[in-house]
Amino acid sequence: MSAQVRDSHINLSHGGGGRAMRSLIDEVFLGAFGKPHADAMQDSATLALADMVRHGDRLAFTTDSYVVDPLFFPGADIGALAVAGTVNDLAVSGARPMFLSCGMVLEEGLTLETLRRVTASMRRMAERAGVSIVTGDTKVVERGAADKLFINTSGIGVIPAGITISAAAARPGDAVILSGALGEHGVAILIARNQLALDADVESDCRPLHELVAAILRACPSTRCLRDATRGGIATVLNEFASSSGVGIRIRENALPMRETVRGACEILGLDPLYLANEGKLVAVVPGQDADRALAAMRADPAGADAAIIGEVTRDPNGMVVMQTAFGGERIVDMLVGEQLPRIC
Amino acid sequence: MRYVDEFRDPAKARALVQDIERLLRRIPASRRRPLQVMEVCGGHTHTIFRYGIQQMLPDDIEFVHGPGCPVCVLPMGRVDDCVALAERPEVIFATFGDAMRVPGSRKSLLKAKAEGADVRMVYSPLDALAMARKHPDREVIFFGLGFETTMPSTAMTLIQARAQGVRNFSLFCNHITIIPTIKAILDSPDLRLDGFLGPGHVSMVIGTRPYEFIARHYGRPIAIAGFEPLDILQSTWMVLKQMAEGRFEVENQYGRVVPTDGNARALGAIAEVFELREFFEWRGLGSIDHSGVRIRAEYAAFDAERRFGVPNVSIADPRSCQCGEVLKGVIKPHQCKVFGTACTPETPLGSLMVSSEGACAAYHSYGRRAVTEAVPA
Repeated sequence: MSAQVRDSHINLSHGGGGRAMRSLIDEVFLGAFGKPHADAMQDSATLALADMVRHGDRLAFTTDSYVVDPLFFPGADIGALAVAGTVNDLAVSGARPMFLSCGMVLEEGLTLETLRRVTASMRRMAERAGVSIVTGDTKVVERGAADKLFINTSGIGVIPAGITISAAAARPGDAVILSGALGEHGVAILIARNQLALDADVESDCRPLHELVAAILRACPSTRCLRDATRGGIATVLNEFASSSGVGIRIRENALPMRETVRGACEILGLDPLYLANEGKLVAVVPGQDADRALAAMRADPAGADAAIIGEVTRDPNGMVVMQTAFGGERIVDMLVGEQLPRIC
Repeated sequence: MRYVDEFRDPAKARALVQDIERLLRRIPASRRRPLQVMEVCGGHTHTIFRYGIQQMLPDDIEFVHGPGCPVCVLPMGRVDDCVALAERPEVIFATFGDAMRVPGSRKSLLKAKAEGADVRMVYSPLDALAMARKHPDREVIFFGLGFETTMPSTAMTLIQARAQGVRNFSLFCNHITIIPTIKAILDSPDLRLDGFLGPGHVSMVIGTRPYEFIARHYGRPIAIAGFEPLDILQSTWMVLKQMAEGRFEVENQYGRVVPTDGNARALGAIAEVFELREFFEWRGLGSIDHSGVRIRAEYAAFDAERRFGVPNVSIADPRSCQCGEVLKGVIKPHQCKVFGTACTPETPLGSLMVSSEGACAAYHSYGRRAVTEAVPA
């Protein structure tokens, strides 16, 4: 290994392609992610097809960028999010996640200590998710040109033969299952931003879902739709299912798992938990007759301990999501327009 | 959640709906065409849609969503003034989140922000004052809007700013007052309303007496209502009971919060800082006498209108817009010519489509199914 990075802060030379960048990559990135392949310092990682073919017959390939503010928040941080988020995108495609890339844009002045904390967190999450980070890139931009640290991860996974997950596959009579309590990530971030003078004990639910998905697919290979309910919350996922599949979805407010602290925060802030971001929850649509089996399999997995059947797929109203309110009324759950803005009174 | 779930009990709701049905049978069928009850406050509109209350009630009774969403009644010219202030290079323009999407004649604050104006979302006027102290080299303008509900906190903030000698803080005052507007609605020739749910939070400040003219001069029942779904059902029941018994009174369903005489301290702060304007322009309703307040001369140093000057050009509502008729209950949101076509939550023409409390936006997002059933294709 080459020389230690002695600087305490990132400066432009760390992205300059020279010695400083080399030692940053060696120490910080390879130090954290390991050298899985002898040729890790080549221009591309090479992945053995034979390894992949054993697990399935199609590749899943996805990418996502992470720009969360603040970088660290109760329950997780940008690094954990960048790994788990991409792992989950692969998992809900039915794929077994295998390889990740990691591109970082660093703002001049970022402390090395922060960067090390983030890469250590990425390493831990990658180990937990059973994936290798095999290729990467680093750019340093001038102060003000980025906000501390942006991460892009792309991921490759393998889809087992016979598994077809699609947002367009829901059929009337199917059951809709949510894997756990709503809105924790969204509320944790709002509180961590500290603009609300609100103190509540809520942690981000950030976690990898690949094992939960594997459990669902074992119990119910004919699972129709899976999606992790990140930005836009479960309302967005359900609307995507309803419009892609040309069906209606009816959910029951009473059935939605939610922690009291999240409910309380939503109540105070005038936010609708259906639209809050999650980072460790998925929505599954399974044939009605498989619902109990799928639910039991989910509850047996730690990531799905609070899973619940929240509703069912109906023929009408086409492309719409309707919620039976706990109060006894009924309302449409629409797509969100823009961002959720707090109401004034 | 204690103190909240009690007000959302579905069994109590069913019992109340049955009581309402019984009351309706005592009101002559000729009057049920259907009966129109206006909920004045946008917060009530929100509750009605969020809990699906209209669908729980018989067709004989219909909620009309009134002018009590301060964002919705903001005229385009005032939004243009906001944008002009926000675009000044020395200005940090602090606003409640809701107001950012309201369309002006050229753009919204959200768009101005994207184009480089320093527009920041705050949760309270005190946040804006703190921002002014933190940025002594900038001019922080707080966009004050809302009824008597938000007026006291804005007034207290100006009082504090003066006491602390903060020189780079001012208010763009768009506060409005509900009573003259209810009166204007009651005076309008196409009025059909049978009763009112009175605004709960406003009444917490002004008390229940200012509404007495509604019962006395206009012969309409009114119940000041809370914001939980059972509050809405119970107040509706109270209004219908008055109708069935031929009474017209101001009743207070929200007694746990609303005192008869209002809140003297809050009223004192309002009187210290604000005075009535001759008239104020309302979106959809036009100019209404004494319906807005401005900053008193003693606080002129904190008045953004005096300090910076604003274009103050009155912009007519788009001709295709029928916000006014919706606000008065003459038509339902989906009966507007541009509802869901030229005017959607993504591209609102009228501001009733902007705020989640706006009748049209609420109809669009929560009530579309009821609409599709009600209107033959």
